[in-house]
Amino acid sequence: MTTLSLGGGRAVPARYVPVLVTGCLFVAMFVVGGIRYEGFASGQVVLNVFIDNAFLLVVAVGMTFVILTGGIDLSVGSVVALSTMISASLMAGPGWPPYVVVPLVLLVGSGLGLLMGWLVHAFDIQPFIVTLAGMFLARGLCYTIGTESIPIEDATFTAFAQTRIDLFADLWISPSVVIAAVVVLAAAYVLHYTRLGRAVYATGGSEQSALLMGLPVGRTKVAVYTISGFCSALGGVLLSFYMLSGYGLHAVGMELDAIAAVVIGGTLLTGGTGFLFGTVLGVLVLGLIQTILSFEGTLSSWWTKIFIGLLLFAFILLQRLFSARRRP
Amino acid sequence: MAAMRRLIWPLLILAALLLVNVAFIPGFLSVEVREGHLYGSLIDILRFGAPLILVSLGMTLVIATGGIDLSVGSVVAISGALACLQLSQDQGVFTAIVLALGLSTLLGAWNGFLVAGIGIQPIIATLILMVAGRGLAQLITDGQIITVNDPAYKLIGGGYWLTVPFGVLVVLAVLAITAFLTRRLALGLLIESVGGNAEASRLAGIRARGIIVMVYAFAALCAGVAGLMISSNVSSADGNNAGLWIELDAILAVVIGGTSLAGGRFSLGGTVLGALIIQTLTTTIYSVGVPPETTLLFKALVVAAVCLVQSPAFREKVFHRRRRPSSARPAEEKVRVTA
Repeated sequence: MTTLSLGGGRAVPARYVPVLVTGCLFVAMFVVGGIRYEGFASGQVVLNVFIDNAFLLVVAVGMTFVILTGGIDLSVGSVVALSTMISASLMAGPGWPPYVVVPLVLLVGSGLGLLMGWLVHAFDIQPFIVTLAGMFLARGLCYTIGTESIPIEDATFTAFAQTRIDLFADLWISPSVVIAAVVVLAAAYVLHYTRLGRAVYATGGSEQSALLMGLPVGRTKVAVYTISGFCSALGGVLLSFYMLSGYGLHAVGMELDAIAAVVIGGTLLTGGTGFLFGTVLGVLVLGLIQTILSFEGTLSSWWTKIFIGLLLFAFILLQRLFSARRRP
Repeated sequence: MAAMRRLIWPLLILAALLLVNVAFIPGFLSVEVREGHLYGSLIDILRFGAPLILVSLGMTLVIATGGIDLSVGSVVAISGALACLQLSQDQGVFTAIVLALGLSTLLGAWNGFLVAGIGIQPIIATLILMVAGRGLAQLITDGQIITVNDPAYKLIGGGYWLTVPFGVLVVLAVLAITAFLTRRLALGLLIESVGGNAEASRLAGIRARGIIVMVYAFAALCAGVAGLMISSNVSSADGNNAGLWIELDAILAVVIGGTSLAGGRFSLGGTVLGALIIQTLTTTIYSVGVPPETTLLFKALVVAAVCLVQSPAFREKVFHRRRRPSSARPAEEKVRVTA
């Protein structure tokens, strides 16, 4: 295994380096923020990043699965919007109870993912184009349901949205964070300790080899898109807790945020290498950028996009350096 | 003959869409000269489709090298924003246009450098500019919508010259130049060989890197011109919404036109047809009376249908026979080599 020696003679396997860099970046940003702004260096600021980005975290987890197999899912943002739209309209119109609506939404999301995965696998069409069609389809369905924003007034939903889970010392989180944490842990278990997880890595590493080893490549591909669809739908449910409305223009461009989080987290876009923990760090870094900009106050929102672009560039360059090192 | 056969499907789709329009709108096909301008539904399709055709032409060459350019929408916004900013600061129209197109080309060359020089996957290399470029456009306009009032600038997107919409003339000029460069000179062949196998073409003595940088710069230049048209048509620059999703429409147009996303052969005529199909589809949806919100649903169905028809695996399964087994197979098993 290729190793990279850091100071003091300790060797770190090369595959951990991108994650370590992201971790250092997060800590550095937090320290700089703490020095520059009053009231920044508190645990609640970190927790707020989680609270404000719980839905992105869930979506990025699904995206990690897809990117690990070497694919891409452009439909996540619109599936998130579709989920908010379906839940809002079903609860506002016929007044369906949440415990029927939420499973239905998750089923729709998974179904869309399954369909896209099947198209990718069975007909050998590029994931890029299939999920692009999925993106159009889900946004189109949103607008077909309604073009206006629909408020969610269901008692269970609003209660859930306003619940605070108190931790020690005045720190608190929202239930969405707990759900996101459960998703992350479950996904980490699946990726690192199950047969499906090994197949995901193997497919991304080399599809040909995985096929020759007798791994169910087709089933794995269909599975990752289904997982991504499920995660997007769940992200949509979390977003509707956060926004308390359903709208066809929710989560525009979220697929880019999710891809950026995965890349910044050190997952190779060609597939096969990466960690779920890196994705969590990637989401945290993206969230912290927004927090710093809001603390700064004078900088406008578009700087977020420019910073994310620069970060993406830096990390892709880093990835390139490491993959070049591995294949001289 | 082979080229014509490839164009038959897009042509049939376009004809079918036009027929639907003829059935629903009386006088759809009539084109008349009013106040010295050409008027008519067909002219409108051409006029509103002009920016998309331009962007798609650039995209075709990028896709022919096996790449993809997601950043064109952002370049559209940047180009329009810079031109309008210059005009609002009392600069001449010529300066504004030259600066906007210069910056666009530079951004495209940057994309090309990332792809060919550093060896980043095209989809990711251009994703950087796609994200950062929107921010850049908003930075240029300072988050505002800049409105300009300059008759000479208005000509580009909204004006007429010799009774023909000026935008259509620009498209024709770009199409003619591109067709000449790629079909009458060796350039087209070089682009196709880079797309077919970058490593092999490099070994054969083709400067693959230079060609890749050039096609990305060209795609961005086309997007820049399209950005000028869009902002001139509405006499304002909106960093947030100008050219939003145009990259997806352009990719769609290229795919419908029969150019494979895997790179290699490309068809400029097919791309123009593809872009016209998308524009006509939008018109059709309005004329048939389907709510315009469902445009995206139709697009989704069209993408899915076109991709399925183009997929060899689908043809095999559905028609239970392989028409040209010798030509269908190698395309699938093409070895991917990074430049």
